[in-house]
Amino acid sequence: MVSYLINGISLGAIYAIIALGYTMVYGIAKMLNFAHGDVIMVGGYMAYCSVSYLGWSPAAAVIFAMAVCTILGITIEKLAYKPLRDASSLAVLITAIGVSYFLQNAALLIFSSNPKVFPNLFSDMFTIKVGEATVTSVAVVTILSCIIIMVALTLFTSKTKMGKAMRAVSEDRGAATLMGINVNSTISVTFAIGSGLAAIAGVLLCSAYPTLMPTTGAMPGIKAFTAAVFGGIGSIPGAMLGGILLGVIEIFAKAYISTQLSDAIVFAVLIIVLIVKPTGLLGKKLTEKV
Amino acid sequence: MKKLSKNTLNGFINYALVVVLFIVFQILASAKVLNNSMTGLLIPICCYVVMALSLNLVVGFSGELSLGHAGFMSVGAFGGVVMSTYLSNAITIAPLRLVVAVMFGALFAAAAGVLIGVPVLRLRGDYLAIVTLAFGEIIKNIMNCMYIGRDSKGLHFSLTDEASLNMEAGGVTIVNGPMGALKIAKISTFASGIVLILITLFIIQNLVNSRAGRAIAGIRDNRIAAEACGVPITKYKLMAFVTSAAMAGAAGALYGLNYSTIVPKKFDFNTSILILVFVVLGGIGNLRGSIIAAIVLTALPEALRQFQDYRMLVYAIVLILVMILTNNEKAASFISGMVKKIKAPKKEAKA
Repeated sequence: MVSYLINGISLGAIYAIIALGYTMVYGIAKMLNFAHGDVIMVGGYMAYCSVSYLGWSPAAAVIFAMAVCTILGITIEKLAYKPLRDASSLAVLITAIGVSYFLQNAALLIFSSNPKVFPNLFSDMFTIKVGEATVTSVAVVTILSCIIIMVALTLFTSKTKMGKAMRAVSEDRGAATLMGINVNSTISVTFAIGSGLAAIAGVLLCSAYPTLMPTTGAMPGIKAFTAAVFGGIGSIPGAMLGGILLGVIEIFAKAYISTQLSDAIVFAVLIIVLIVKPTGLLGKKLTEKV
Repeated sequence: MKKLSKNTLNGFINYALVVVLFIVFQILASAKVLNNSMTGLLIPICCYVVMALSLNLVVGFSGELSLGHAGFMSVGAFGGVVMSTYLSNAITIAPLRLVVAVMFGALFAAAAGVLIGVPVLRLRGDYLAIVTLAFGEIIKNIMNCMYIGRDSKGLHFSLTDEASLNMEAGGVTIVNGPMGALKIAKISTFASGIVLILITLFIIQNLVNSRAGRAIAGIRDNRIAAEACGVPITKYKLMAFVTSAAMAGAAGALYGLNYSTIVPKKFDFNTSILILVFVVLGGIGNLRGSIIAAIVLTALPEALRQFQDYRMLVYAIVLILVMILTNNEKAASFISGMVKKIKAPKKEAKA
């Protein structure tokens, strides 16, 4: 029971980190970035290459993966999304899907479709025993990094100038432009942060579930997107809460109800929550002007 | 002769387009211009055209983003396959069995559409999109652990495994969980696909140009104003959603009966997205665009065979470029400028 709970929280923490990327981009650029899941995959491959081929230390691998993904995120934003800043949201959505196909197929060409076994970067560090349950070091690292990211992001958005600019852009893009905020660079920074977080999530995800394929990012991407909506899209604490709840529900559904139906149960809970609270757990209530 | 209205004329052009395409492809196939893999794509192309048309009804005319359309296709495919196998002794004429199977596929999908539509249509915008996505995943997940068998007593259902179907000796498993439906009698034909497209076009065009269609468009354009005018929102939204689901189910049944095996995994999120790509690239609310986009984009990966491993990469790049070129103002004005430059000298020459 305790071990299920811890497993659930650690899986949920990964979802939460991915969901943060979704929710920040949605809040600021008002777009569903479907390529986010594939950035996770790229992060995983970068860490894999630097550890397996170059023999780097785990810390260096994580930093390398983050750097690559951050640059990738900014490049994608500049090349694919920036020309569509004023286009309909559906057009941007399809472009994001195009980017997602591109990343998956590029990875397929470079790394082939054979699954790679990801080296566990945090395996021999330590294990903690809580009663009868053993907590792996991966779980501890995951939960800790999730908490650190959460605190750092909250401080960033509330204290720094850039964070304030981000909140202003998400509130009202037109007014923010009038106030002299550079909307384009704010959106770029958002993508950079989101993609950097995706790299961390990629490393953590592959450490916990060590098969790495070009499609690795797709399902966690969808789940994390669900988590972001679950908590109320656009809200940072919402993404955190949504992610962790989703992870816990998934692990418990797997353990107590049915392994095969666990995804169906997760999505069913999401639907029930959205029917009761149509804007998610912590989402802002939409007011409609007539 | 009475002058045809613009809508009616447009509708006739669409029917004519489909019939012409049928004749052209039929000739090409019989003259062996198309290779085997292309000929094999003809029926799936018909199914995707119907899927794109039906999704266009929801996305274009009802204005709701649905990301779970493949779920209805899945329900229709498995429903149709099960009915076809179940009735294989009762109805021996294959085309008649196909019609019955497709109708049952549509019926099952319509039932799923009602079940999903009632809660989903309460939501709006991206929340509605995510819930349709969730329903699509739920359908895939349930289909993945569905076991259906048939013996002399009738159909048996189970959600756990093959053994718990409790069939008599000699019973046949029709749907086998993650392995999907096996040993399907392939009874779909290209002609039936074309007929299904024509029926779909007929239903959508008549719905859109009717009182109900105008109510649906009214809700899309301004929900509050429509409500104030006394238009029952839920009824009309549900009407569009369920009609779309039923047609997707019919397409699914046709699709399922074209292969000897189908797996639930085939109808996942990626398939829903693929169909959405057809609709958006063809032009939201534009039926002819949907037809053309579905044909071109289904055939494109096949036509890109010469690029071998790079074909999906090229497909992705084409997709991104098309979206940017058609939606970016600068690119659009650049293209129209180019067109003018090309046209201008010709006009001068005429003068």
